[in-house]
Amino acid sequence: MEFFLQLLINGVSLGFLYALSALGFVMIFKSSSVLNLAHGELLAIGAFLFLLLSAWAGLPIVVAFVLTLVGTFSLGFVVERLFLRPLIGENLIEVIMMTLGLGIMFKGLLLFIFGGDIHSYPRFLPESLTLQLGNVQIPSVNVAAFIVGILFLIVFGFFFKYSNQGIYMRSVADNQPAALSLGVHVRRVFALSWAIAFLVAAMSGIVLGIINGINVHELSAIGLKVFPVVILGGLDSIGGAILGGVIIGLLETFTGGYISTSLREVVPYIALVIILMVKPYGLFGLVEIERV
Amino acid sequence: MRRLHFHPCGNYRESYEEELAIFETDFGRLWVLIGLVLLFGVIPWVSSQYMLYVLNTIGIYAISAVGLNILIGYTGQISLGHGAFFGVGAYAGAILAQRVGLPFILVVPAAGLVTAAVGIVFGLPSARLKHLYLLIATLAGQFIIEYVLLEWESLTGGPNGIIVGGATLFGIDLGNDRAFYFVIFILFAFLTWTGVNLIRTRYGRAFIAIRDNDRAAEGMGIPVFPYKLLSFGISSFYAGVAGSLYAYYMMSITPEPFNLWLSIEFIAMIIIGGLGNVPGSVFGTVFIVALNEVLSHVTEYLMNVGATGMAITMAPLREFVFGLAIVLFIIFEPKGIAEVWRIIRSSFRLWPFSY
Repeated sequence: MEFFLQLLINGVSLGFLYALSALGFVMIFKSSSVLNLAHGELLAIGAFLFLLLSAWAGLPIVVAFVLTLVGTFSLGFVVERLFLRPLIGENLIEVIMMTLGLGIMFKGLLLFIFGGDIHSYPRFLPESLTLQLGNVQIPSVNVAAFIVGILFLIVFGFFFKYSNQGIYMRSVADNQPAALSLGVHVRRVFALSWAIAFLVAAMSGIVLGIINGINVHELSAIGLKVFPVVILGGLDSIGGAILGGVIIGLLETFTGGYISTSLREVVPYIALVIILMVKPYGLFGLVEIERV
Repeated sequence: MRRLHFHPCGNYRESYEEELAIFETDFGRLWVLIGLVLLFGVIPWVSSQYMLYVLNTIGIYAISAVGLNILIGYTGQISLGHGAFFGVGAYAGAILAQRVGLPFILVVPAAGLVTAAVGIVFGLPSARLKHLYLLIATLAGQFIIEYVLLEWESLTGGPNGIIVGGATLFGIDLGNDRAFYFVIFILFAFLTWTGVNLIRTRYGRAFIAIRDNDRAAEGMGIPVFPYKLLSFGISSFYAGVAGSLYAYYMMSITPEPFNLWLSIEFIAMIIIGGLGNVPGSVFGTVFIVALNEVLSHVTEYLMNVGATGMAITMAPLREFVFGLAIVLFIIFEPKGIAEVWRIIRSSFRLWPFSY
C-alpha cells in the first residue's frame, strides 16, 4: 500500500510535468494547427534564458522572470517572421519539417552555447508552499507546477473562448481560407500564436528546470513525450492536456513500479498507438469526421 | 537506325507513352549510360579507400531514401520511423545470416521482405489516420521498434548487438570495400530503376492520386487503404534491403544507430533532395552524407591542431548546420536539389537565349 501510494504520487507529479510541457504545444496546435516538433527546444530556450538572467546575470527573480517572458515572446515573433511566415499556405509536411529543422537548429545552438551539462537554478520558491497531506509530503515545486497549470487552464480557456484574438486563432486553425475571406488577419494571428507558444513553453521550461535541472537533451526529449499526452487528451484541448499528462505519468510510474523499468520509457508510445487506433481525437479533442 | 530524339521546341506530345517517357531525348539516355560507365568502370578503380567508404555509405542510404521518397513524396504518407525500419532490415539480415545461415544472395531480399512485413504492420494506423496523426503514429513505431531491438535479447543480442560474418557471393569474398561497392551499386542501380518505373505503372499513379486527394482517389475506384499499405510495404522493403547491406558492410550491429536521429536524417535527405523525385533522393543522400563527412572532418581537424576544447564545442554545430540546411531548403527551394539541378540543366540548354 505504501508502495502504491508512493507510485501514485510520483505518477501524478510526473504527469503534471508532462501536462505543463504539453501546454505550449497545445497552444500552437489550437491556434494554427501546426504540429510543433521543436517544442522540446522551445522549453529549453525558455529555461536557459531564465538561467542566464537569474543565476548568471544575477537579476532578481521577478525581473528575470518577466524579462524571460518578454524575451521569448519577442523571439517567437522573430522566429515566426523569419521561418514560418514564408510557409503560410504551403503543404502541411513542409511546415512540420520546418519545425523539425528549427528544433535541430535550436538544439545545436543551445548545446553550442551552454553545453550538455545539467545546470540548476538557485532556490527561490518559498518553503511555505510545501503541502503536508497526512504523512505524504508534496514539495513546493510540484505545488507551484500545479498552480501554474490551473492558472493556464483558466486564463487560456477564457482567452480562447471570449477574447477576439482567441476566436480569430481558432478560426484560423479551423479553416485558413475561410478565415482569410472573412477578414481575419491571418499573418498577425500566426505571429501572435507563435509568440504566445514561445512564452508558454518558456514558463513550462522554467518549472521543469526547477524540478529536474536544466539540460538540453532532457528537455528536448520531453518535447517528444508530449505526443502521447496531447493525443490522449485531444490535440486542441488544454484541459485534455492536463488530464492526459496525469494519465500518462501514472501509466509510466506504475509500469515502472510493477512490470519492468525498461518498459517504462516505451509504454506511453504503446498507449499512443492504441489511442490513435481507437479514438484518434483523444478524450476532449475536436472530432472532425473524415473517413478515408 | 531510328531517328534520334532531341528537345522539341514546344509540347508536341501526342500520346500518354510520350508523356511518361523517362528519357525525353536521346541525350538523356547517353548521359545515363555515361553515368553508369563512370559508376562501375572508373570510380571504383580511382577512388581511395576512404572515398570508397563514403560512396558505399551513400549507396546504402540512397537505397533507403528512394524507398522513403516513394512513401512520403509519392504517396504522401509522412513517416518518422524509417530509421527504425532500416534497423529492422539490418537485424533481419544479421539474424538470417548468423542464426539461420542463409547465403548472402538470399539474405538481402529476405531481409527486405521481413522489413516490408513489419512496415505494413506499422502502416496499419494509416487506415484511420492522416497527416499529422499518422506522423505521430510512426514516431511511436520508431520508439517501439527501438525498444524491441534493445530488449529482445535472445533474438537481437540486446545492447551487445550481433556480429555479422563477411559476405560471399558466388565464391567471391565481399569483405573489402571495392567488392562491396559493386554489390551496393548494382543493387542501387536496379532498385532506383525499379523505383522510377514503379511510378509510371498503375500502382505509382494510384500512389500519386492518393497523395493529391485521397477522397477523389477513392471516388475514382482506387482502394485507398490497400494501396497505402502497399506503399508502406515497398518503402520498408527498400529500407530492409539497405539495412541488410548496412549490417554486412559494418560487420557488427547494435541498436544504437537506428534511432530517431537516423529517421530525421532520412527525411532531411528527401526534403533536401526533392520530394516526389527519385533522382532527388539520391542527390539529397549525397548532400547529407557529404555534409556529415565534412563536418566531422572539421571537428577532427580542430582536434589535430590542438584546439580540442574548440572541437568539442564545435560538435553541436553539426546539428545546427543540419537544421539550417533543412530550414533554408524549405524556404528557398522547397522542391530541393532536383529542382536546382533542373534549372541548371535547362539554363545550359537554353544558353545563350535563356529568358
